[in-house]
Order: sequence, then structure tokens, then C-alpha cells
Amino acid sequence: MTTLRIKNVRKVYPNGAEAVKGVSVDVEDGELVVFVGPSGCGKSTLLRMVAGLESITEGDIELAGRVVNDLEPADRNIAMVFQNYALYPHMTVRKNLAYGLKNRKTPQSEIDARVNEAADLLQIAEFLDRKPSQLSGGQRQRVAMGRAIVRHPAIFLFDEPLSNLDAKLRNQMRLEIKKLQRRLKTAAIYVTHDQVEAMTLADRIVVLNGGQIEQIGTPAEVYANPASTFVASFIGAPPMNLVPANVTDTGMEVGGVTLDHASSHRGPVTFGLRPERAHLVANGGAPVEIGVVEELGAVRLVHCRLGDSDLTVTQNADEPVPTGSMGLEFSAADAVLFHRDSGRRL
Amino acid sequence: MTTTDTEQTAPKAQAALSRKSFGGVRVYDHVILWLGVFFMMGPLVVAFMTSTFDHVLIHKQGMQVGFGGEFLSTYETVLTQQGGFTGAVTGWLMTQNSFILGIGFALGKIVVSMLAAYAIVYFRFRAATLCFWVIFLTLLLPLEVRILPSYEVVQQLGLLNSYTGLILPLIASATGTFFFRQFFKSVPNELLEASRIDGAGPFRFFVDILVPLSTTMIAAIFIIMFVVGWNQYLWPTLMTTDETYFTLVRGIKQIMQIMIGADIPKYNEALAMAILAMLPPAAVIIIFQRMFIKGLVEQEK
Repeated sequence: MTTLRIKNVRKVYPNGAEAVKGVSVDVEDGELVVFVGPSGCGKSTLLRMVAGLESITEGDIELAGRVVNDLEPADRNIAMVFQNYALYPHMTVRKNLAYGLKNRKTPQSEIDARVNEAADLLQIAEFLDRKPSQLSGGQRQRVAMGRAIVRHPAIFLFDEPLSNLDAKLRNQMRLEIKKLQRRLKTAAIYVTHDQVEAMTLADRIVVLNGGQIEQIGTPAEVYANPASTFVASFIGAPPMNLVPANVTDTGMEVGGVTLDHASSHRGPVTFGLRPERAHLVANGGAPVEIGVVEELGAVRLVHCRLGDSDLTVTQNADEPVPTGSMGLEFSAADAVLFHRDSGRRL
Repeated sequence: MTTTDTEQTAPKAQAALSRKSFGGVRVYDHVILWLGVFFMMGPLVVAFMTSTFDHVLIHKQGMQVGFGGEFLSTYETVLTQQGGFTGAVTGWLMTQNSFILGIGFALGKIVVSMLAAYAIVYFRFRAATLCFWVIFLTLLLPLEVRILPSYEVVQQLGLLNSYTGLILPLIASATGTFFFRQFFKSVPNELLEASRIDGAGPFRFFVDILVPLSTTMIAAIFIIMFVVGWNQYLWPTLMTTDETYFTLVRGIKQIMQIMIGADIPKYNEALAMAILAMLPPAAVIIIFQRMFIKGLVEQEK
């Protein structure tokens, strides 16, 4: 079953700016879909339209089989977790959790049961009578999630919930969100500009750029088979190497070097290769000049020059440190080609 | 008002102390503070001391330093003696009237200006900004400028010699609206969105979220407005001909005026009343300033 259907949704602001240019996404039951993209790509606007905080210019949003375009946020059966938590500062944690239920005239016994259930789940039971200002960032984030959980919504909406936390806590909370979502089996949309969060959390990733969908797919698909140079450079750290190349009958010319490559396409292309799919060898391969080497502990990033293009190669740290002139090898299956002008996958 | 001034200088001086802890600077700071206290409090202390003397003695020898023996009798007279032209008003009643005016004035201003600011900030109606500036422009028309039309309106409404008439024409407040508007604009928009998702309508949001968040602001404005209301002179003088509606601030003048002529003016009673009239605003400032600071500290993130 499909929990949420976004059908050809557009958003045009009164000043004429088009933030979302016709987007269609389905979120299946229990699925965690991540909207990822640079700032201004329309991902938050789209989420806010699902939440009912922004009006919908065109298209339909269907939640559990009914169109919710004109419903108030409170009537949509959604729950949202905000970037800056948006906890009510003057209320205790317990009241923060209970506020939405109280407004819905839920019986007090039911409110208590749900609040305690959520508090146990998130391990915030001991903070229930504290004010948000007495909690740390991570604890506040848990409370914000608790406020979403007690509603038993059809779908969770996360709006960059971890960007206010420090890096270590972010990794920890990321894992917890994933576990929690698995346990509750509730569908969720998670908006982020951080591709690592997108890769680790998502069942499916929706990559947005300039108000349009660049690609929808599982993290593995999006990583291995990017649909455009935008996706290729946005997903993965370090990003995919993108080098201008020219495919001729004899092979592919990259920076003055001709590599073997079988492709039906002829003419100028952008050649893409993931850094960890390339290998440096002492003899043979395409000749490269080794530049700066960055040690990351387990792996190292080797920046090198192929003809007049820069490439990054990832290598295990236990391999010898490369220097001088070496050869670059890769499997032809790992190379992806994009149209030079449109940037779309060939 | 004197109390506020001295109490405001104190934290600044302390901040200066923590910055430079040289002995010389500390002494210098304290000298300034003591001078401030002396100049601010000196006249009050002398007024209080003088009020404990017999009025004949004051008439002969002027202001006094030291304690006379008339403290209890003077203050008792001021509070309980039937005074005024009709003899229907006591100091105690005037104190009550002053409280009604001060509290009514402050609460009225807070309620009206909060509601106005709420409408201006949170409701997208046409010309909201224009409305705000029109409200703000009324600062150019204080009561003194529009006192005759105001009087006429109140008179036609039949509100002369009533508490309503005393308070109502004064409670529209551009400054209050301005302060609350600025404050509401600083409240994160996500709180509004979170409460919308939590099913709070405009009324619930105001009562459950905005008002509790504004307690600090409300306390601050209450302090200022209570003192302003308490010190109102012109409007109550014009509005109330029935002496049972007289306020303390008016009463001080009344005492001097009535006595002049055949008798020696009762300086001691007038001074005692001035001291009494000063106490409640000072108390309000001291009490609410605690709350004010507490509110600030607790909302710190």
C-alpha cells in the first residue's frame, strides 16, 4: 500500500518564484524516503506542503488514500520534527508531548499511556518533568521526536532534524532515528542536505535540484548509477570524478590519453568514475601524475592528474604511498558516461 | 522612580568591577555609587524625616533632619482622617483609588497592546503594516493634546466619576503595541508551525504559547505602566469631581490647598502622603524586577 502520493505538485510563490516544478513521489508503507539536495532545491518546501504549512499551487497530495490539499496540518495525520526542535520552552517535556493530544481532546488516561510509551522508547522518562532549556541538544531532539511519536501519525516528516547537533551526536541520532522508524514501521520523509545522512537512512533517496527530481532510487542505485552529473557529484564523499572526454571509434580520449572503452555513443561526453573504483598501478594503465595525498586513517585520498584533468583515487591506507608517475586502472563497467551538455546519463 | 535609577546603575558598576579588579577602580566606583544614592535618596529621606515633625515646627524652622515624635499620629491622620471639601475621602480610600487606576491602567494597556500586536504580526490582513504605523503615530497625540475631545466622549458616555472613565481612555498604547510587536517577531516561526500541527488554533496559540512566552515582557511593561498610571495627574483631575474617586497624587495637592488660608498648612501630612504615594510604585518595581531577571535567566538557551 502507498501511504503518501505526491502527484505533479508545483509551488509558485506570490512573487513568481517557482520553488517546486512538478514533482511526483510515492512513499510506500513503512518506507523511509529521504529528500536530498542543495539548499534552495525545494526539498523543504515540498515537505512543508505535505505538512500543510505551505499551500499547494498545483497537483495533489494524497495521504492514506484521500487528498489532503486543503486540510489543516492538524487534520492531516502527520507529525513533523523541526530543525531547531521547536519545543515549547515554557512547558515541561511531558506537557510538550501531551499538547497535541490535549488539543485533540484525547482522554487523559490515553495521553498518559502514550506519553509514557514514547518516553520509554526514547529513554527520556527521567526528563519528563524538566523544561527544554534544561536539556542538551540530543535530549531536545529526542523530545521533538517524542512529540511526533505520541500522535501515532500516518507519516513522520523530518526537516533536517540533526543539523543543529555536533558531528558525533549526529551519527548517533541518525542511527537511532533509523532504528526507531524500523521499529514503529511508520512511513517517513526525511529532508536533508547531507548526502551521508541520505545514504545511511534512506530506503529510497529522492535527489532534488532546482525544484525538480534528478533521480529516485535506493542508496545503492543512486550511488552506482547516477542519472546525471548532478547526482554523481552530489552523492558520495569524495564525489565521483567527472572528466570531459571524447568517445571516438578507437576508444575514449581523456585529457590526451586514449582509453579502451566500448560505447555506442560518439562525440563529447563527461566521463565519470567513483574514486574507489580506480586503482593506481606501478606499470601500465593510463599515465597519471600523483599530486597531494590526504590520509584519512583507514583510507587515503590520492589527488592525481590525468592529462589536464584532476582525479581523486581512494586507496586503502595499508597500500604503499604513491608518488611520481603511475598508472590508473579501472574496469570499463565502472565507468559511467554523461551527455556533455545536458549532464544526463547516456 | 528613584529606586530604578539606583538599581540600574548597580549591575553596570558590578560588571565594571568584574572586568577590572584593581583596588583603585573599586573605590572610585563605590564613590560614584554612593554619590548617586546620596543625591537620589537624600531628598526622600529628608522628606520622610520632616514628615515626622509637627507642622507648626516645620513652618517655623523648615525641613528637618532627624526624627520627630509625630510619626504614628501623622501617618494615621493621613490614612484615616476624613479630608477634602466634603470630608468623604480618606488617605486610605485615595490609596485604593490609586491602586485601581495603576493596576487597571497597566493591565488594560497590556491586554489591548498584546491583542493589537498579535493581530499585526500573525494575521496576514491587508495594510497590517499601515495599521501598525497608524497606531504608532498616536504617540504624537498624547492625552494632553486631545484632552477636550476625550473629555467630551467620556462625558457623553456618562463615564465621568467612574473607574471605567478613569481608566478606559488611557489604555490604548502605541508603545506597548510596539514592544509586543518586536517581541512576537522574535518568536521562532517554527513554534507557530509546531502548534498548528499540534492542533492549536489562533486562540489556543495565543493563550497557550504566546502569553506564557511573553511573561518577561508583560512584567516589564507592567512595571512601567503601573508607575505611569499611578502618577497620572491631569486626567484624574479633570475627570473626577466626586472626591471618593480622588487618587493619592491628587490628594497631596488637595491637602496643601485646603489648609492654606486661615491655618498653617499641614506640611507634615502633605509630605507623609507624598511618601505613601511613592511606596507602592517602588514596591512594584522591586518585586517585578526580581521576576523580570528570573524570566530572563530561565529562557536563556
